[in-house]
Amino acid sequence: MIRELTCVACPLGCAITVDYNDTEVLSVTGNTCKRGDAYARTEIVNPTRSLATTVKVNGGVHPVVPVRSNKPIPKKMMFECMKTINSVSVDAPVEIGQVIIQDILGTGADIIAANYD
Amino acid sequence: MINYDLVVIGGGPAGMAAALKAKECGVGSILILERAETLGGILEQCIHTGFGLHYFGEELSGPEYAERFIKELKTTDIQVKCDTMALDISENNVVTAVNKTDGLLKIQAKAVILAMGCRERPRGALEMAGTRASGIMTAGTAQKYVNIDGYMPGKEVVILGSGDIGLIMARRMTLEGAKVKVVCEIMPYSGGLTRNIVQCLDDFDIPLRLSTTVIETHGKDRLEGVTIAKVDEKLQPIKGTEEYIPCDTLMLSVGLIPENELTKNVGIEMDRVTNGAVVDEMRQTDHKGIFACGNVLHVHDLVDYVTLESQLAGQGAAEYILNKQPKETVYVSTTTGTGVRYLVPQRVNIKNPNDVKLYFRVGRIFKNAKVVLECDGKVISSKKKVKLAPGEMENVIIPADVLASMNESGVICVRVEE
Repeated sequence: MIRELTCVACPLGCAITVDYNDTEVLSVTGNTCKRGDAYARTEIVNPTRSLATTVKVNGGVHPVVPVRSNKPIPKKMMFECMKTINSVSVDAPVEIGQVIIQDILGTGADIIAANYD
Repeated sequence: MINYDLVVIGGGPAGMAAALKAKECGVGSILILERAETLGGILEQCIHTGFGLHYFGEELSGPEYAERFIKELKTTDIQVKCDTMALDISENNVVTAVNKTDGLLKIQAKAVILAMGCRERPRGALEMAGTRASGIMTAGTAQKYVNIDGYMPGKEVVILGSGDIGLIMARRMTLEGAKVKVVCEIMPYSGGLTRNIVQCLDDFDIPLRLSTTVIETHGKDRLEGVTIAKVDEKLQPIKGTEEYIPCDTLMLSVGLIPENELTKNVGIEMDRVTNGAVVDEMRQTDHKGIFACGNVLHVHDLVDYVTLESQLAGQGAAEYILNKQPKETVYVSTTTGTGVRYLVPQRVNIKNPNDVKLYFRVGRIFKNAKVVLECDGKVISSKKKVKLAPGEMENVIIPADVLASMNESGVICVRVEE
């Protein structure tokens, strides 16, 4: 089977063609870097995305602080992760890089603060 | 009157990178003036990731990208005044600014770097019938509401314009539980990065309707819906294609305008296409000692490129202040050939001893085309491109040896060949 993809690994957005069957990826073409190859293979088997959102802050300068996953999480778990993130809050002061939720829903990714507050 | 070697107007990614580079190049006293309460500019509300892939080789959020520079600034003696509004720049580089603690400030600078960024085109700039119901806002305003102020501006959203901020907000609103019904784009192509269409719209099955616009808004106090319609080649609505879509929020992502009020007041020559100043390869304007970089010069897609360009401006300002500019200046204009909408810089000093990178945008989508660079009528390079789109800034390099061999009355031209 052939699938045409636009790589989202970086803003270049290379047009990638993947040939695959039920058991394996046969070839990846059109990518201009290693990350593109990796992206295409994951996209066929188990698509993942970085997740960026905010978390409530108690007693901070702002009502919320931005957070992100420190590695991509399975695309199909995006909304479940959002639910978990929206159910917690963090006390000020918040440090950049501070782990807010460890190993969110067993994905292996931590949710970390992306700014101070 | 206070004296500084260099005054940088704007403390976003452009201003910070320019100031740091100027410091590295040996400039003595540097002052950054920032209108907001903190440094970082618009990056502070751009919480999505994808920043820094080129420059740092990692994927950061906007605030994290800004933080790298804020941290570095703290290790220098560069002065920063936040909450400070620059009002005017005089003929002889006196910057007038105002804030709550100092009152009115007059700052004599040897050089000035303009790094004021851009703002969003508002509703008033569009021909759209309807009332002034609440719920109509630019995508960037909505981004601030959600990401900084922490509340949702609506539940059912229509987005007009497929610029990157609109696409990013389509995903953001969806993640927070809103229903984004459609993104309408008046042009036959999207103005955003392809990767954003994939990961912000396709991932969430949000439809993108090309050659479609909003012709009317409905609702008295709160927006109740919009009428959308297809447009013809002249971008005029086609009768009979109208469709009513109920929604409580309309977000506009219909273009960015460089904030050049200060620039124009000095009388600096402007480029009608970029809406920014006309500059040379070190980003110096036609007013000696005034430089411009980042989105105030031309709107960029990627902050990484803003950083690189601003470092050039910082270096240029340092060379000006320290009297290290090339001894001779012979400007050759860069001209846009077929398919190229604009070029920055607009002129190049052929006595500059380094390679010069020209940034440009194409006027429409090209597939399997070539980007051709011509100097004095000779083809210098011809680079194959699978795809060229107006939403994605491209660049081409003039090698130093080519520049050195150029005619004083020569021409540099970039064009697209199909």
